[in-house]
Amino acid sequence: MNYMKNMIEMKGVNKWYGDFHVLKDIDLTVSKGERIVICGPSGSGKSTLIRCINRLEEHQHGTITVDGIELTDDLKNIEEVRREVGMIFQHFNLFPHLTVLENLMLAPTWVRKVPRKEARGKAMHYLQRVKIADQALKFPGQLSGGQQQRVAIARGLCMEPKIMLFDEPTSALDPEMIKEVLDVMTELADEGMTMICVTHEMGFARTVADSMIFMDEGQIVERASPAEFFENPKHERTRLFLSQIL
Amino acid sequence: MNSSLVWLQRNLFSTPLNSGLTLAALYLLWLVIPPIIEWTFLQATWIGDSRTACQSNEGACWAFVDARFSQFIYGLYPEAERWRVDRAFILLVILFAALFVLGFRRSRVVATILIPYPVVAWLLFYGGIFGLEVVETSQWGGLFLTLVIAGVGIVASFPLGILLALGRRSRLVVVRSLSVSFIELVRGVPLISVLFMASVMLPLFLPEGVNFDKLLRALIGITLFQSAYMAEVVRGGLQAIPRGQFEAAESLGLSYWRTMRLIILPQALKLVIPGVVNTFIALFKDTTLVMIIGMFDFLGIVQAATTDPKWLGTAVEGYVFCAAVYWLFCFSMSRYSISVERKLDTGH
Repeated sequence: MNYMKNMIEMKGVNKWYGDFHVLKDIDLTVSKGERIVICGPSGSGKSTLIRCINRLEEHQHGTITVDGIELTDDLKNIEEVRREVGMIFQHFNLFPHLTVLENLMLAPTWVRKVPRKEARGKAMHYLQRVKIADQALKFPGQLSGGQQQRVAIARGLCMEPKIMLFDEPTSALDPEMIKEVLDVMTELADEGMTMICVTHEMGFARTVADSMIFMDEGQIVERASPAEFFENPKHERTRLFLSQIL
Repeated sequence: MNSSLVWLQRNLFSTPLNSGLTLAALYLLWLVIPPIIEWTFLQATWIGDSRTACQSNEGACWAFVDARFSQFIYGLYPEAERWRVDRAFILLVILFAALFVLGFRRSRVVATILIPYPVVAWLLFYGGIFGLEVVETSQWGGLFLTLVIAGVGIVASFPLGILLALGRRSRLVVVRSLSVSFIELVRGVPLISVLFMASVMLPLFLPEGVNFDKLLRALIGITLFQSAYMAEVVRGGLQAIPRGQFEAAESLGLSYWRTMRLIILPQALKLVIPGVVNTFIALFKDTTLVMIIGMFDFLGIVQAATTDPKWLGTAVEGYVFCAAVYWLFCFSMSRYSISVERKLDTGH
């Protein structure tokens, strides 16, 4: 695998919500094809961190560079980065007024200007990959949570992004639906997608992640390989967190 | 037991109190309905050429409405030219029929069919081209004028209201404060004063010799006025859309305008259909206020006709007829909105 190129580079990133310091001096590099799992207690800034990568949140200090493009107030840069970065949300955020197929075709046809026929073919291809092609003409409201999240993943993939961000993709799902979503994510990881995933699914993290990041109070406390992270965490706070969730 | 008897027993006579109320209501209806039917139909006079023809009967003098009917519809529009109004109306009906057949979802087809219509209608109504005689807007009147004002008001205030609602939620300070000031200013004054401004004050501010049509001024006044209300209705819908929808659209790289047009507005507008139609209905009825700046809309022309010496004492018939027509239009709008709501429901 090619680890030469840095897909994401965050240097000295700081962010405040009013007086609240959410991100403190974040330094993070992610190489092409790398799979990173971020965990940490709630309110530790994990979601905010990945939402800064596609500028759903603005950072106030430091630099974030995604695939060679620096994120500034320049709307052009932001839209260019967003084309290359797919994001999966905790609550799916499918467009309820459009069918599954239309959800998938929307961004490719309007943003990438792919001809409709081609966009439809691609949409069906990705729906097949997440094993849900038979639901293409239904509305999101008619699907189960697990199915909706798989559609959301397919929607992200239709833009053929270089990076996928997952913001707690399984935490709004009923337990019996978690596996079907994790399976799709594992497959994606096996194909070499650059992924950053905020999740508490430690089983998934152990098998898929190249490195684990533990965050607490807005800081990256520890970054290590899964083996080291789970067997031999360096920091007291990491140990405490792991003892609580495992 | 018979099922309708069961229904009666369950719904109307379930308890002594309920039975009492049912009987009281029936008695009230018996008091009110027969006289209404008597007046409206049984004792009414249908044909005649003056009030005297109605004196033999106790009931309504519909002869008045019959005699003045075409004036109620066209106002003072010259009789020889009234076919132009009819043509425009028939054209509109044909266009809508075509839209139903083609389906509203094909937005491009809809646009190409509907956008030229106002121009065609204006040329037909006003004339001055293709050998059509000019009919000044001061001669327009009756139901025709009411429909022109309501139609233009509805069609123009809707998009303007959407833009104002988006402006009010914009991140750009200038756009936001302009939108807020406009909405709050307009909502703070009565429509009557806006119309007076448009018809009396505006010409004072315009340079000598510049004068534009009174109807046009009234149309602009009504449109701006209603767009402020529309903006607030639409804003209610925008606020009901979860943040996640904006974020999902943004994360896919959609620009602001595409996010609004493709994702947010279709959902927001669907939510506020009842409020939007409410505003349309209010607008339709508010058009009667153009009476006070000297235009003879439907209500105005009916009222003027009741002062005709030949028909003195027929005001009640005139107003009842008016009310029935207004009700018919408003009720149709309300039913239509319900059917649109059902059609757009995607089960969530």
